[in-house]
Amino acid sequence: MQTTAEQIEQDLLRPLFHSSGKYWIAVAIATSLLLAGVAAFGYQLYAGIGVWGLNSPVFWAFDITNFVFWIGISHAGTLISAILRLTNATWRRPVTRCAEAITVFSVLIGAIIPLCHIGRPWLAYWMIPYPSERHIWPNFRSPLAWDFFAISTYLTGSTTFLYLPTIPDFAAVRDVSTGLRKKIYRVLALGWQGTPRQWQRLEVAMHIMAVVIVPVAVSVHTIVSWDFAMTLVPMWHSSIFGPYFVAGAIFSGIAALILAMALLRKFLHLEQYLRPIHFENLGKLLLTMSLLWFYFTFAERLTAWYGNSPPEMAVFWESIRKNFAPLFWTMVVCNFIIPVPILAIKRLRTITGTAIASATVVVGMWLERFLIVVPALEHKFLPYSWGTYRPTWVEDTLMASSFGMMALLYLLFSKFVPMISIWEMKVGLQSHAGVPMVAPAEGQVALEGPQ
Amino acid sequence: MKALYGLYVDAAGAQRAFDLLRSASSELKLRSQQIVVVAGEPHEGYEFFDAQATSTPYRWAVLGAAVGGTAGYLLTTLSQKSYPIHTGGMSLTPAWTNGIIVYEMIMLGAILTTLVVLLIGAGLPNFKGVIADPEVGKGKILVGVVDPPEGLEPELERRLQQAGAWQVKRSATLQP
Repeated sequence: MQTTAEQIEQDLLRPLFHSSGKYWIAVAIATSLLLAGVAAFGYQLYAGIGVWGLNSPVFWAFDITNFVFWIGISHAGTLISAILRLTNATWRRPVTRCAEAITVFSVLIGAIIPLCHIGRPWLAYWMIPYPSERHIWPNFRSPLAWDFFAISTYLTGSTTFLYLPTIPDFAAVRDVSTGLRKKIYRVLALGWQGTPRQWQRLEVAMHIMAVVIVPVAVSVHTIVSWDFAMTLVPMWHSSIFGPYFVAGAIFSGIAALILAMALLRKFLHLEQYLRPIHFENLGKLLLTMSLLWFYFTFAERLTAWYGNSPPEMAVFWESIRKNFAPLFWTMVVCNFIIPVPILAIKRLRTITGTAIASATVVVGMWLERFLIVVPALEHKFLPYSWGTYRPTWVEDTLMASSFGMMALLYLLFSKFVPMISIWEMKVGLQSHAGVPMVAPAEGQVALEGPQ
Repeated sequence: MKALYGLYVDAAGAQRAFDLLRSASSELKLRSQQIVVVAGEPHEGYEFFDAQATSTPYRWAVLGAAVGGTAGYLLTTLSQKSYPIHTGGMSLTPAWTNGIIVYEMIMLGAILTTLVVLLIGAGLPNFKGVIADPEVGKGKILVGVVDPPEGLEPELERRLQQAGAWQVKRSATLQP
């Protein structure tokens, strides 16, 4: 297969200039979902947060589930992309931007959810530490204040990590555009020219960012887990929660990335760039994380079972044998029983196979977040305070709307930014393991090896 | 501002042109800042590219991290001391929890410093005008001279051709 730099640019810029009818249908569906959520949120603001199904003793449910779920999904991008960059994995090139975009949008959605939950979102700025006339400062001992700092840092870092390598591609769009589009991309490209000095600075900056963003990503989900682990609720107050949450986040993140890549490949016609090898490699990672997820889940439950503490056992049996058992076993099927055989057998580890496994993992990981939150809150230490929780249509709509928002942001992003880094793909043309390779004939060289 | 440049199909050709221009800079009265290279992707392993390598941003990132960490420490401890609350005999400025804020601020400091150092080092934003050619997007490498000295343009063109230019162009107006 012969590919030239010119062809790469044409192929990857095509979605920015031409969109199919299917694209606009998808945008319409995603927008409808988002608008439904906006309407539900408006109703909640008007009627009060009592329109949610929350009541004593369950004060957290769908909102925190969705928050943890979306922050977990965000681990797809930046963490995977940073690790692949640091290890100089050449197959990363078509994958990184798809992944980094998922991170930014899912962190954004995750950060919006607590705003909905606080009931008075216009007072959210009280979390920002500044010398106000109220003499009220954030309580730095509270995990919620840690969340604020961690998510702000992660959002800043992942946005920077996404934007920096996009600058040369904005310049590429600028150079082939006219009119208003050219003016917009001129601003976005910041006057990028492509001198060796600029390339050097960009590469160094990306390296530093990759080094910094990995511990930030790990800290974010650890801190999210501490929202629970710092609380004296049965099955929550556990030191395993940090790594358990981080592993789960990477697991769901990889699944979301595979799903997004499969959809992009089909609808943006990127078959030549998002190849079976990329799905196979990510499928192997997903398999590893599935096994790790099972290990953590087993270790967590075994410790609770062996301890046989009555408050913990109440939650334990509730999720395994009683009301939540259907959800629990669906989770196990979705996160382990279905994906492991698909991903372990090479013949099944195809694009379709990995996409199916990923879809089940996304469902399973949402259930896992729900099962961490609700059964424990329904069965705290004192049986007299036990209660039940049922979500209302407002919560259902807000949850569906978060998926709509994610889809809409991703679709719009793919309309304005090349979903695969053009310049990184061109680097793939000219080098093998960093050794310069002179093109055999005017720009006509094969894409690098394993692909 | 004018520019005279050659387009090269590969980095080896661009390196030859760069070497020719640099070796003739005193003869042709060129300043090093006038010699310009523009590429659609990085070209590691070639002198014209690697000569621009620097480790300065790493040091700045460490400094930014230190500033961020100090800011985090001051933010937590000073606010806790300024507005003390009842802690039931426990520490007013707990190192364990404040450490989390300090950690995040260290990372934020490093991230923001890296961004600023990149922008300054790469000369961004720059809306005054840049040398751009559509062929660069198609894989060619542009090597040329900005504001070539009067009367030496034919000689420069000859040298750019001598290095194996795919095409030599004179650009009177630079793309905004």
